[in-house]
Amino acid sequence: MKLTDLSNDINEWFSGSGPLSDIVVSSRIRLARNLAGYKFLSRCSTAEKSEILAKLKDILMSLDLSDKIFYISVDKASDLNRDFLVERHLISRHHAAGHGPRGVVIARREFFTAMINEEDHLRMQVLKPGSQLSKCYEQINHIDDVIEQKISFAYSPRFGYLTACPTNIGTAIRCSVMLHLPALKMTGQIDKFLHAAKDMSLAVRGLFGEGTEAASDLYQLSNQVTLGVSEETIVWEFEKNIIPEIVEYENAARKELLSKQVDILDDKISRAIALLQNAHLISSQEALFLLSHLRLGVNLYERMGAATPAIKRLRQLTGLRQNQSSSSTDKDKGLSIATINRLFMLTLPAHLQINYGKQLDPTHRDVLRAQIIRSALNQET
Amino acid sequence: MLCQICNKKTATIHLTEITDGLRSEMHLCEHCAIEQGIAAKSQVSINELLSSLLAVQPSDEELLGPSEQKMRCPLCGFTLDQFRKETVLGCPNDYEHFEKVLLPLIERAHNGKTSHCGKIPSKTPQKTKKQIKLVKLRQKLDTAVRAEDYESAARLRDEINQLDS
Repeated sequence: MKLTDLSNDINEWFSGSGPLSDIVVSSRIRLARNLAGYKFLSRCSTAEKSEILAKLKDILMSLDLSDKIFYISVDKASDLNRDFLVERHLISRHHAAGHGPRGVVIARREFFTAMINEEDHLRMQVLKPGSQLSKCYEQINHIDDVIEQKISFAYSPRFGYLTACPTNIGTAIRCSVMLHLPALKMTGQIDKFLHAAKDMSLAVRGLFGEGTEAASDLYQLSNQVTLGVSEETIVWEFEKNIIPEIVEYENAARKELLSKQVDILDDKISRAIALLQNAHLISSQEALFLLSHLRLGVNLYERMGAATPAIKRLRQLTGLRQNQSSSSTDKDKGLSIATINRLFMLTLPAHLQINYGKQLDPTHRDVLRAQIIRSALNQET
Repeated sequence: MLCQICNKKTATIHLTEITDGLRSEMHLCEHCAIEQGIAAKSQVSINELLSSLLAVQPSDEELLGPSEQKMRCPLCGFTLDQFRKETVLGCPNDYEHFEKVLLPLIERAHNGKTSHCGKIPSKTPQKTKKQIKLVKLRQKLDTAVRAEDYESAARLRDEINQLDS
């Protein structure tokens, strides 16, 4: 298995499908576990780390996931390969920057990945497109059960699963949803969302790393409390209260843009089209910013049937006419959400370099990024 | 703004009185306000609460006494000083060994919660399993009540009473 097998396409969870996927891009659940009878990693010798790695790798590689499973040694990987794994959400930044024997077990379709020797001995996650936290939990819980048949995890009746950091004990679960909230931003209401998240003890981060949320309008929202509340209740809170509320806010903002602020909306979409079709140098931040507006435009058409002048232009760009009879075949052609998501991911710095076959300086990356976006948008004409 | 009576402390209580159309204002510190019978003691507790939120955690010495401060976990040799620096613990035993110090921190990080009521590993001994099952049932009860599923709530309540007796 080579990384280039992954790097040329988007992963399943970023495909743009699944329930509520115009706003909830994807769902993720991560569990943290430590082997009973071992120290936490900060106190482990290299030999002990190797032993933990070998044990967990063995068990994880034998999992039946109805998909090919492969292993990547993170300590032996090059810096570029590590950056790629981070961009791809297959490992964390912390795992990439760590020390000593460590690795990651990945399902080929990337719905499952397990980091060995990150902050805890094992951190495994299940990712799915759209709003599917219950399904993510069902699957990761099953995988956890299977592993637990073969090995014991550090656990106390009082504090639940014991983790290296006290902020993760108990269920040691992290539920996250990736949200695309461009309309809340355009209508100046994003702070309301950020405050509400804080009030509910939820953490907000950018999908493509710290600080990227401001550019891409892609936010990662996760629970912080892991003790004294069950896994099911945490998931339930998200699905019954948190997600519907945010989706309602964002939809209301989208409607407001269409009814009262069409000029602002059309300006943003038109500028995005013009720049992405013509620019010869595009930075990563700028690409995220402009692609976000295209994504909003396509979703406004597909989900709300909007046809403002800029959205019509967006449709022309994709070579489609408004009066085509079947709307389902309509969606299959032209600039789709999947294509835009693909551009989001494939133009990230490490993706560009892996696909180009060698390291590139920032200016060359900006040239290549602009080229890829131009050709993708013009190809679909 | 300083207190109008003592002229020393910052005025935190502001009183506006309108008598026969005449408006008068008073700005007092808490201490003087209580002496004047204007503010009740409860005002103080809000300030106390705030300062306790802002205050640094009690030192190890206050909690454990000087001899225990340098205490090491017998299993991994970890000390609290190392925890302060690294923010991760040395081994699972540290939770028991340093419980006194960790508990307030855990409570703050988890919205006041201090005991687990989630998943129970299949290999847990029967006795502790029962304890956790009880907590878990209460959690489900809570969820059912929130979802207005009163039928399930009644059933769960019976189940809890039966297991608890």
